[in-house]
Amino acid sequence: MDGDGGKRSDKSDAAKWYELFSRGARDWLRHDEKVREAVRANLPEIIAGGDVINDGARTVRVPVRMLEHYHFRLRRAEESQGAGQGKAKPGDVFSDPSKERGPGEKGSGGREEGEVQLLLEFKVDDIVDWLWEEMQLPNLKARTGPSDESDWIREGWDRRGARSRLDRRRSFKELVKRRGAPGATPTFTDDDLRFRQLARRRQPAVHAVVFFMLDVSGSMSDRDRKLAKTFFFWVVQGLRREYRSLETVFVAHTTEAWEFNEPEFFQVSGSGGTVASTGLSKVREIIDARYNPGRCNIYLFYASDGDNSVSDAQEARTCLASITADACYTGYVEVSSGLSRQLATETGKLFAELSGAGCAAGSYALNDFDDVWGAVRHFFSADGAAPKPGEGKSSGDP
Amino acid sequence: MSEDWQSYVRRIEELAQRSGLTFHPVDFEAVPDSFMMEIAVYGLPVRMPHWSFGVRYIYQLVQRHMGHSRLFEVVFPGNPGHAYLAESNGLAENILVTAHVLGHADFSRNNLLFRRCQEQVSQRIVEHAANHARQISQAIETYGAQRVEAVLDAALALEQHVDIDQPLRREPYPQYLEEAKALVDDVFRKRFAALDPAAAGSAIESKKRAPVPPHPERDLLWFVANYAPEMESWERDIFLAVREESFYFYPVFATQIMNEGWASYWHARLLREADFVPQQAYLDAIKCHSDVVRPIAAEQQVALSINPYHLGFAMWEKIVATSGLEAARHIMEQDDDFGFVRNHLTRELAEELGLFRFSARSDGQIKVLEQDLNALHEAVLAPKYNFGAPIVTAAKMRNDGTLELLHDTSVDGRGLDLERSRKVLDYLQKVWRRPLVLTTINQAGSALELTAP
Repeated sequence: MDGDGGKRSDKSDAAKWYELFSRGARDWLRHDEKVREAVRANLPEIIAGGDVINDGARTVRVPVRMLEHYHFRLRRAEESQGAGQGKAKPGDVFSDPSKERGPGEKGSGGREEGEVQLLLEFKVDDIVDWLWEEMQLPNLKARTGPSDESDWIREGWDRRGARSRLDRRRSFKELVKRRGAPGATPTFTDDDLRFRQLARRRQPAVHAVVFFMLDVSGSMSDRDRKLAKTFFFWVVQGLRREYRSLETVFVAHTTEAWEFNEPEFFQVSGSGGTVASTGLSKVREIIDARYNPGRCNIYLFYASDGDNSVSDAQEARTCLASITADACYTGYVEVSSGLSRQLATETGKLFAELSGAGCAAGSYALNDFDDVWGAVRHFFSADGAAPKPGEGKSSGDP
Repeated sequence: MSEDWQSYVRRIEELAQRSGLTFHPVDFEAVPDSFMMEIAVYGLPVRMPHWSFGVRYIYQLVQRHMGHSRLFEVVFPGNPGHAYLAESNGLAENILVTAHVLGHADFSRNNLLFRRCQEQVSQRIVEHAANHARQISQAIETYGAQRVEAVLDAALALEQHVDIDQPLRREPYPQYLEEAKALVDDVFRKRFAALDPAAAGSAIESKKRAPVPPHPERDLLWFVANYAPEMESWERDIFLAVREESFYFYPVFATQIMNEGWASYWHARLLREADFVPQQAYLDAIKCHSDVVRPIAAEQQVALSINPYHLGFAMWEKIVATSGLEAARHIMEQDDDFGFVRNHLTRELAEELGLFRFSARSDGQIKVLEQDLNALHEAVLAPKYNFGAPIVTAAKMRNDGTLELLHDTSVDGRGLDLERSRKVLDYLQKVWRRPLVLTTINQAGSALELTAP
């Protein structure tokens, strides 16, 4: 049997329109676009789930169901009747076999319901753009003031200079100008040559470092850490919008403090009490050793359940004050599983004092994944613009 | 090769005519599989764009990848009819499909339901649908994709809600109530009128405006297109275009068992009688036929759905064997699936075919029920009532333009799926632009109102 009945005759014709264009694909694309719109509209909830964040990846995968075009339908009955065919006697009971259809059967338009899941991939940058647009967050302000960074830029011309900086075009112009005068020599003279000059220019600080400090004492649960992680992730994304290079430093503490790399950082779990000053002095130490506040914008975000030991209050206050003096912003998120005394904790008080004193500091209570957005909004709008009254659940800002 | 197939077409047509089939000429066209799939998804070769077709397209693609569905042909009734054949068909398949298509062409020319709908819609549905598609692309250019999509969301969500018993081009409702019949002119009335001429005259003046709608209206597409308080004319046109296509789809839907059975019966019979078909092609075609009309997938013992090809084929074989071809043609002309199954699916045939009724619990447990022919008929037909949709009528329009929709629960006995219904109301609200109220029942059976916005 030859399998190409009718094929050859069509080949001689000009290409049919349906070979050039697929309506199915067009409407499929429109469907995907709608899915993206829907995802975008629910972005905070979807991404707050935390599971979608891949470490280091620049994309986020969101599993979505196919959209349904709704019709009036009856409610699903607990028991429905149907007709079937085959070897079955009244009274037979069996479980629903897979609803496969015979291979020779013709399709009836694909109305059957089978779960098809799409895995859409979004660029983190796009998401951040959407979010900032959606939440109308201001961009963070870079630290004003001079930085030690400098760069060479071109500035003007001179008659002397290194051969490699000869500006031929400019030199030729000089020649042309001079030849216009009577009695001039028609060839280049040394006077015609022009050399590009360089000058040092101070750069605004475009580098930033963000310290994430996490309390990993016994009282912090896995969920608390995950909350903190989700929050930290979006803080990094937000800061990346502003700074060309952003470094991250991860510090965990219990009654001691350690610096970690990112993957380990979120795995760490310690035991014992909370002494915030150890972490803060670790941060101070790292700043002094590696980051010059004059060159670098420094941010500190601290996540804790707030149960700092009372005896540590004075020392923590001193450390924090010294960091705040150098940092662009310090933020405190309190991850507590729905406690009533939000931000009334020891650590909470510390930050409240700071922002009360007019420093760039703020705090936010993070109870649930839904709050992550509130927190991001709170910190970014608090730092980037004048804080609006009644913003979020803040108690740090007056 | 293609020449061969074309020449077979002519010979099969002659054979079919000798066997008593009457049909309008059919244009055959071989098209790529991808296009076949699109025709199946859209139901028409060219149809309006909408994302919901994209969803079906994805499902269809998935099915095809799993090897579940293979399309041999799609045929559109009309004069001339259009038949699209898959390019991947072999000679044997094409011969079989040609005979099958002629069976469909005979059916759609002679079946009364098809004839009535075609008289309404015209015999050129393919061109009409293409016109609608063009009209809608123009609307997209003028009004923007988003607005058109919102209208199509609503119109296509209601595509099953038409009243097929009304003409396609319906007159609007009468504006005024019919006047009370002239009073009998007897002696008493004359004398009574003479007493007070003013009182007698006032009866004539009281011409009352008819309510809209005057009766619960099932034809929601038509009703919205005509009576939506703030719809623009191009939006109404889209509703009417969708309605026209629904009128085309209805007979295809409501005679599926008969129609596919009839076409299968004739492709089997014509193939048997076609002595000009080479032996090998004949065998291949028979194999293909048995794949198409088999009730149960090879690896399974029971099927929980009924293959309409198989059921229709078996019923027509039985009818022709017992009552003769003349009677069969008569039934074919007169019935739709409801009459066909109720009148001609006999107890013996049901037993022979091993049809049974089952109840399925939501946890997936299936229980086979005792035999009951009438109940079996209903189980086969249940998915086909009212174009496969619950009956929702436009019951009343309030003075402020609020539309009251009523779900007729007396027929199906259980309420609507609330989440979906809410979504449909949201679609509809965007074109109705006034409040909507839908009354249905909840799980306990008491009335429940959904509103939008």
